[in-house]
Amino acid sequence: MITFTINGLKASAERGTTILEAARFLGFPIPTLCHMEGLTPYGACRLCIVEIGEGENAKLVTSCTYPVEEGLKVRTASRRVVRARKMILELLLASSPQSKTIQDLAAAHDVRQQRFRQEYEDCILCGLCVRMCKEQMVAGAIGFRGRGEDRSVGTPFDIKSEKCRLCGGCIYVCPVCQLRCTYTEPEKAICGGCANLSPPCIEKDRFNDIMCYMDPCVACEIKENEE
Amino acid sequence: MKTLDVQNIVKKHAGNAGGLLGILQEIQVRYGYLPQEALRIVSESIGYPLVDVYGVATFYRSFSLEPRGKHLCSVCLGTACHVRGAPKIYREFKNHLGIEAGQTTPDREFTLETVNCLGACALGPVVVVDGRYFPSVNSTQVEEIIEQTRHGFDVELIRGDERVFPVEVSCHRCNHSLMDPGYLLDGYPSIRVTVSFRRKHGWLRLSSLYGSHRVESEYEIPLNEVVSFFCPHCHAELTGPTVCAVCGAAMVQMIVRGGGTVQICSRHGCKGHLLDVA
Repeated sequence: MITFTINGLKASAERGTTILEAARFLGFPIPTLCHMEGLTPYGACRLCIVEIGEGENAKLVTSCTYPVEEGLKVRTASRRVVRARKMILELLLASSPQSKTIQDLAAAHDVRQQRFRQEYEDCILCGLCVRMCKEQMVAGAIGFRGRGEDRSVGTPFDIKSEKCRLCGGCIYVCPVCQLRCTYTEPEKAICGGCANLSPPCIEKDRFNDIMCYMDPCVACEIKENEE
Repeated sequence: MKTLDVQNIVKKHAGNAGGLLGILQEIQVRYGYLPQEALRIVSESIGYPLVDVYGVATFYRSFSLEPRGKHLCSVCLGTACHVRGAPKIYREFKNHLGIEAGQTTPDREFTLETVNCLGACALGPVVVVDGRYFPSVNSTQVEEIIEQTRHGFDVELIRGDERVFPVEVSCHRCNHSLMDPGYLLDGYPSIRVTVSFRRKHGWLRLSSLYGSHRVESEYEIPLNEVVSFFCPHCHAELTGPTVCAVCGAAMVQMIVRGGGTVQICSRHGCKGHLLDVA
């Protein structure tokens, strides 16, 4: 067993557990887009970033790919994490503004504006469909092609793949194409019509270790007791 | 396209997925591009999904899925070349060839591409045609370069053959000098390289007199045998990307001191060679 600290709480987990798994088990919510149980972690969407280490050495890592270490100090919702996460959501929104999943996530994380040029790419290259096809369906019909700006998901040579059994798994897991957000607001709006949760203690300056979805905040109370 | 050819290339790399890049590179050299069938054969032979093979093939710029022209013109648009007017050179190439970057002329003669840096910024704006570097190109030279390429460079080559002068060469990988002052050929220090053929591995000394073609080697090399050349210092293979215009074997590339490259045919007895002095 490995002991570590998460948001100021002492916790322990089996060797090889990722920070994301441990945090979810302990009830700390971490948003994800490219993570799915049963598929290998990929670390593409960057939404699951958490802050590890202390002081100058603190850094942001993707919790879905980072295994817990002895004595690790994890903060799942520090101000730095929240700020970075909001920026990531804003960028994701810019690339796929019509995704209901992303719209809801953005609204839930209090993203109030979207300042970038909208691309309507309808793919965030999270690789869920690719992994689904390969690992769960054992087909390997689709994959990544090209590089950089031209990177895309699809079949080889852009022709119908003989490996594809039309199972629909790729569409099922896609966070962008399964549901269309039908908001009627102007461009760049974040509707939040479906989910309008505002994290309660995000604006507090005092604590870096906040469990923003819990009321009252457990981490804050523990800290108060210690002091 | 021959299935057997591709299978032989795969076999050479022990048929494992780790050799994928090497396999694709060899197919690219053999056919000038990666044919769809070839990729399917590779995927089947090494037991690697076609999507992944295709992913690798589309990831690298040096691979092409479309047939390429006989001559490849790379116009550098890197920062240094850009500020020295490379966009103008590129426009000139587009006008003369009538194609955009990445396209091939309908007669399959030229493929035009832009590159972001060739690492030869001091020579900018630089254009590379079939492995030849053209430094400080101006827009009036573009037509000349195209015409020269269409004609072949033989005219220039013969002139080079008549002049006999010693060249000093170094390895294109480690830049170590290949000259051996302790072993004279034609009265000048010889060029020492390592060669291997038919499981034999030994030194080879070439005359540094350009046009002399005198060769001495540790083992006797059968005539018309294609041998592999290696740098004796870093052991890098010296074979370059071009093939001999005379016999089709791979060319061995070395750097000439003072700028430029010299290429000699790797087939024993073939006198094919190119000299590019910047």
